[in-house]
Amino acid sequence: MAQNGKTVIIKVKRQASPDSNPYWEEFSLPWKPGMNVISAMMDIAANPVTREGKPSRPITYDSNCLEEVCGSCAMRINGRARMACSALIDNLNQPVTLEPLSKFPVIRDLAVDRSVLFENLKRAKAWVPIDGTYDLGPGPRQTPRQQEQAYPLSRCISCCCCMEVCPQFNDKTNFVGAATIAQVRLFNTHPTGAALKEDRLHALMGDGGIQECGYAQNCVEACPKDIPLTDAISEVSGQVMKQAIKDIFTR
Amino acid sequence: MANPKIVVVGGGLAGLSATIKIAEGGGNVDLFSVVPVKRSHSVCAQGGINAAKNLKGEGDSTWQHFDDTIYGGDFLANQPPVKDMCEAAPAIIDLLDRMGVPFNRTPEGLLDFRRFGGTLYHRTAFAGATTGQQLLYALDEQVRRYESEGRVNKFETWEFLSAVLDAQGVCRGICALDLRSMEVRTFPADAVIIATGGIGAIFGKSTNSVVCTGSAQSALYQQGAYYANGEFIQVHPTSIPGDDKLRLMSESARGEGGRVWVPKTAGDKRDPKSIPESERWYFLEEWYPKYGNLVPRDVATRAIHKVVYEHGLGIDGQPMVYLDLTHIDRATLDRKLEGILEIYEKFVGDDPRDTPMKIFPGMHYTMGGLWVDFKQSTSIPGIFACGECEYSYHGANRLGANSLVSCIYGGFVSGPQAVSYAKNQTKSDTSVNGAFDSERKRQQEINARLMSSEGSENPFRIWRELGEIMTKDVTVIRYNAALAKTDEKIVELLERYQHINLSDKEMWANTSFVFTRQLYNMLQLARVIAQGAALRNESRGAHYKPEFPERDDANFLKTTKAYFAPDADEPRFEFEPVDTSLIKPRPRKY
Repeated sequence: MAQNGKTVIIKVKRQASPDSNPYWEEFSLPWKPGMNVISAMMDIAANPVTREGKPSRPITYDSNCLEEVCGSCAMRINGRARMACSALIDNLNQPVTLEPLSKFPVIRDLAVDRSVLFENLKRAKAWVPIDGTYDLGPGPRQTPRQQEQAYPLSRCISCCCCMEVCPQFNDKTNFVGAATIAQVRLFNTHPTGAALKEDRLHALMGDGGIQECGYAQNCVEACPKDIPLTDAISEVSGQVMKQAIKDIFTR
Repeated sequence: MANPKIVVVGGGLAGLSATIKIAEGGGNVDLFSVVPVKRSHSVCAQGGINAAKNLKGEGDSTWQHFDDTIYGGDFLANQPPVKDMCEAAPAIIDLLDRMGVPFNRTPEGLLDFRRFGGTLYHRTAFAGATTGQQLLYALDEQVRRYESEGRVNKFETWEFLSAVLDAQGVCRGICALDLRSMEVRTFPADAVIIATGGIGAIFGKSTNSVVCTGSAQSALYQQGAYYANGEFIQVHPTSIPGDDKLRLMSESARGEGGRVWVPKTAGDKRDPKSIPESERWYFLEEWYPKYGNLVPRDVATRAIHKVVYEHGLGIDGQPMVYLDLTHIDRATLDRKLEGILEIYEKFVGDDPRDTPMKIFPGMHYTMGGLWVDFKQSTSIPGIFACGECEYSYHGANRLGANSLVSCIYGGFVSGPQAVSYAKNQTKSDTSVNGAFDSERKRQQEINARLMSSEGSENPFRIWRELGEIMTKDVTVIRYNAALAKTDEKIVELLERYQHINLSDKEMWANTSFVFTRQLYNMLQLARVIAQGAALRNESRGAHYKPEFPERDDANFLKTTKAYFAPDADEPRFEFEPVDTSLIKPRPRKY
């Protein structure tokens, strides 16, 4: 199986359950062309023995599409938050260290609980309020330019890398994070979605709201889909500010 | 029953479509999914969704869409539901548009359409090259809205294990496994909708996502549901071979003008860009002048196989051919195909705008699936099915961009059907409670047996062997001798399965335990596919046997229906006539 006798060393931070202590394990695998972090972990599952020859267990991690579009397999690889499927072994320094995202509760090994993002999307009413699914004819006409603005925002895969790398995303600030703000921008821009604009902006005010953003700009660097997150934050900040002023005069 | 409780299993396009219809109609939904629904496999669909909107002045019609679909499927699909789907498709596109799907637009602001395989019309609406992702998100957002209103209760990271059937064989709920706590629990329901997608994992590496194991369908088949046309497996002509999976290179690459070719000289080691036109063989364009690179998938796949294995012209002697976009300007490519070009760039390392892509056919889709009637009801009363897990819309070969429309349409039919079934049900009496208890115990016993099994077999290695033989002998070209050997091999793997040793025996988020349970169901379903292929002595759509190269309507214009014989622990087969009442079968020649 090994080609050229080359090996790959994988160092994994493991944790049996949410409240147990983490520990490290190392695995040595035969190198194969085109290997990525996922296929390395598949090889470990097929032969779960550590580098020292100790019997171990397959690694628990989230994954699904392996094409960087489902958003499942985010983890810290050599210290950087990114998707495991698109992390090609040949492009990584060895040993390749794998750790769970650090700002989300660990479930087991590299699998973490990111449901906070889906809760945030609920609070931000990130949907278009259609009347119903019966046939009401086509949607509002939109120019190609409008489509070209919406589409990149709509490609967010909810991987949560932007939240992981954000210095403001922590227990102290309750900051909502860039992904949700970008979705607010997306739906506020949509001709029908704009009906809920005020509700969304109110959801981004107060504790953990958009004002917690410290403009570190780590989010836009980490985003695997190159979503214009900082542009979205600036735009939505402006919208929130205007809304806050409007609120003063309409109350 | 005023507000029926419907269990929907699967949160891809089909499951979410059903969920929305039920919630809108006043029902309550318990939605089960092995992954957070936004991460379902539907996100992988790239090229687009078909609907005969006729916005390009070509005279397209829903009848033409219907005819293309039936013809593309080599006349194996029952025609009435396909006609209904094609007629519903334009309104589905409108609805998705209203939900905010960022479809590409024409300068006037209307929806843009591209061409896809198996048709001469521009019929495919698209959102860049990530249409499935965009559609799934739109439905996910609408479901989130119903969730916040309390109409939908999500059970994400729960795995369907089985249906709970009463003494009359009527479905009364489901049994499921919490993928974190490993708890087995039963859930009562007035009706159940199965929308669990594809079965790619049975073939080891495929273009499918990790969760597409077919485990739920197989479990239901083993509980008595018919499984239809299992032998019809679509091998997509253009996938990117990888160590962990085969990544799809969308048909839209050809829809936007991509050309497939190989160097005319075997073993030509020149850089593809430096090979002059006269020394390239555009074999699809030569063999199929009318459709060119846009012949249906089964036809393109066999052509590539032939060029590689019979003509020996694979690039550099490898099983690969070129898919070339480099003659198209970068701006157009970025506007229409960026998502897929990015996948190639990230996973292969070359820029397909500059250099032709290297691709090869890969297992992609199952046309077969749970048998359903024309209203999406399976053969088990109270269980409906929609999406890729059922068999009804694509016949012997699916046309590109028809999967998304069949998922949504199937969901839109099955949701209201499940509600009306539930409303006509008499309230189950208390004797049903016993059925819940005994099903839960049965599943717990399976778990306990697996956990305490003390053999030497590794489940992942058994899976690799299954995938290798299924890919080798039950995909593009099929021989009866090899199919018989495949079935013997699966029986051997089932025997070895009894001696599995799980290296992980923790009862918490144990993914290899869950996988091992799925593996058993994969093995059982693999026999349905292999034996179904063996029985069908003809060539039709994706099913090709060199020993029987022609379509044989006299003997095989029939739906294969497999059912499980518990005593023999293997499938039995029946054949059902196909409803061809609307379009008379004619030879399929592209």
